Amino acid sequence: MTSSKPLSKKPFVQKLIAITRMQLFIPVLALLILVLFNLIADPSFFIIKMGTNSAGHPVLSGYLITILDYGSELAILAIGMTLVTSASGGQDISVGAAIAIAGSVILKVLCGNESRPDHMKAPIIVAFLVACVVAMIFGAFNGALVAFFKIQPMVATLILFTAGRSIAAWINNNELPIISDESFSYFGTFIPGCPVPTPVFIAAACMLVIFLVLKFTNLGLYSQSVGINPSSSRLNGINPAVVKLITYIILGLCVAVVGLIKVSRISTINYSVVAKDIEMDAILAVALGGNSLGGGKFSMPASIMGAYIIQFLTTTLYKFDVNSSALPAYKAVVVIILVVLSAPVVREKFNRLTKKPASAVKEGA
Amino acid sequence: MENRLSSRRGLKGMSDTNLLTLITVVVFILMYALAVITLGSGFLKPQNFLNILNENASLIILSCGMSLVMITGGIDISVGQVTSLVCMSAAVYLDMGAKPGNVPTSICIALAIGLAFGLVQGFLVAYLEIQPFIVSLAGLFFAKGLTTIVNATQFNVENKDFVALKNTRITIPFLGSYNKKGVFIPAYIEIGVVIAIVVVILLFVLLRWTRLGRNFYAVGGNNQSARLLGINVKRTKFFAHLLCSLLAAIGGYVYFMHVGSGSPSHADGAEMNAIASSIIGGTMLTGGVGNIIGTFFGVLSLSTIKNIVSSLGLDEAWWTNITVAFMLCLFLLIQSLVLRRKAGAKK
Repeated sequence: MTSSKPLSKKPFVQKLIAITRMQLFIPVLALLILVLFNLIADPSFFIIKMGTNSAGHPVLSGYLITILDYGSELAILAIGMTLVTSASGGQDISVGAAIAIAGSVILKVLCGNESRPDHMKAPIIVAFLVACVVAMIFGAFNGALVAFFKIQPMVATLILFTAGRSIAAWINNNELPIISDESFSYFGTFIPGCPVPTPVFIAAACMLVIFLVLKFTNLGLYSQSVGINPSSSRLNGINPAVVKLITYIILGLCVAVVGLIKVSRISTINYSVVAKDIEMDAILAVALGGNSLGGGKFSMPASIMGAYIIQFLTTTLYKFDVNSSALPAYKAVVVIILVVLSAPVVREKFNRLTKKPASAVKEGA
Repeated sequence: MENRLSSRRGLKGMSDTNLLTLITVVVFILMYALAVITLGSGFLKPQNFLNILNENASLIILSCGMSLVMITGGIDISVGQVTSLVCMSAAVYLDMGAKPGNVPTSICIALAIGLAFGLVQGFLVAYLEIQPFIVSLAGLFFAKGLTTIVNATQFNVENKDFVALKNTRITIPFLGSYNKKGVFIPAYIEIGVVIAIVVVILLFVLLRWTRLGRNFYAVGGNNQSARLLGINVKRTKFFAHLLCSLLAAIGGYVYFMHVGSGSPSHADGAEMNAIASSIIGGTMLTGGVGNIIGTFFGVLSLSTIKNIVSSLGLDEAWWTNITVAFMLCLFLLIQSLVLRRKAGAKK
């Protein structure tokens, strides 16, 4: 506390240090750097144009819209992943495979046994609900392994990660059904007359729901306390196993929503490619948000922001003609820099460095 | 830690490491017997068994490295892509330069790649205390991207020295079988298998009888008490990651010698196979428990079950993955039960 006195003489410095310690600092800084980089390199990045799509409806286009559009999937996943990370202290690496399963289930319900049906066999809402149930069952499977058998999350979900895409192919007998009905594509692209891509609205709805859930239920509190100390939360009357299970089921729900968007975008599915590596991006979103991957405290807005930053980075790299297969290398460099910056050891050193001048001021005075 | 052995004999007094290794070996023998019974005597031919080794030499090396890291309580998911990067770099060096490269230098390139990945990842994990999963995830991304930057398409290496090395077969004179004409065909192994077996023996010795090896167990078993015992925890973790990446490079070169080509899709998902093999072999991700011999049999079990599945005619691609996942699930449940037994014994 000795250092706080001289610091109070310089409220600006103190404020600055306090800001660097905030959880949102790293993601906001990352976003600012990306925006600045794009402004300097090519301001046309921020142009949003009104155009028409192939069906003749007015749509917005531009890099920012792309970020919002594709970042939505990641943001929805990040919501579930944050909860899972918080409660179980580990990550679910099977989300990509589970998205393939959910998408496959939707197509199976809509197409029946035909690969190119003239009309849908069931209402979309029914297909979506079935996919939700299936994805939640798989989520519960992961959750049960983690919660009741006490297997590390990454390893438990490795099972579904290995089998998921195969199960997805199995559901449709390895055929690739194509839905010709246009109304199915509304969820992943545009609703006629509305220039903003639908996934943005879906993501906003998901965020609203999770905001209300965190506000009016104890889910956030419980999952954080389970993540910080399972045994003491058990002594306080929380059942850690059930809380963990619930977070995995919620992630399953998020997976089903993303599955719907994914298959709706292209009206079909490619089992080995759909949502490939998305689990990595979702985990990175959580890490970028400054949340500890070891569980415990979390900040949902920071995670969601992390998701959009990753999409921002991806889109920026695409704009500068980086080959899509070389993309991971650049992403890795950015990730390493961010993770090193937010590492506790580095932050401590940084804090010590910022404190030293302050104490020097005291001695001088 | 597994120091509690030998005071009590029998199954109950066994350390976790030994018990899990025993389970793996028994499962492998049962599985091989099952293969012989259901699929006929083809599986009894020595060459058939040796082919499993030939095909999995690189996976054995990768899994050994993975086990080391897992024993210290970490994980390294970058090994598969490091393998891919090593293949591509060596291939490009050997064939694409102005003049054809020589083999020893290509091996040095491979080792240098492994060393670089190991140093960086080890430093980040051990000294900056970043989660190993995130570090190696970034390593995976980086190696993946770098592979396509080095060269984006698949091509076969035609360098003469290398092709000679690749086609070298070591015959085992006393093993073999008679073909339909009654001519004796001796069984053979590839050079990679010799390297893999040397690696297995070296690491077994390292883990069992050297200070560094025992430190791995101590750090993985309990970080705090290892530190109180005067073990340099950070350095131990650093060495585990360094060794793992180096082994990934060696495994990568062995893979390269097996396939003889460079491609961005090489060894795709090898890290998951390596993790699965280690877990089947009785290594626990919580750290402190594991055995190289178990890992070796873990790889063999995994590939035997794959062979059985494909020989049964269930060769639609999904069955292999589903069976592997099922096996993984089974072994994880066994581990979970072993842990419970331990917790129960304490009470």
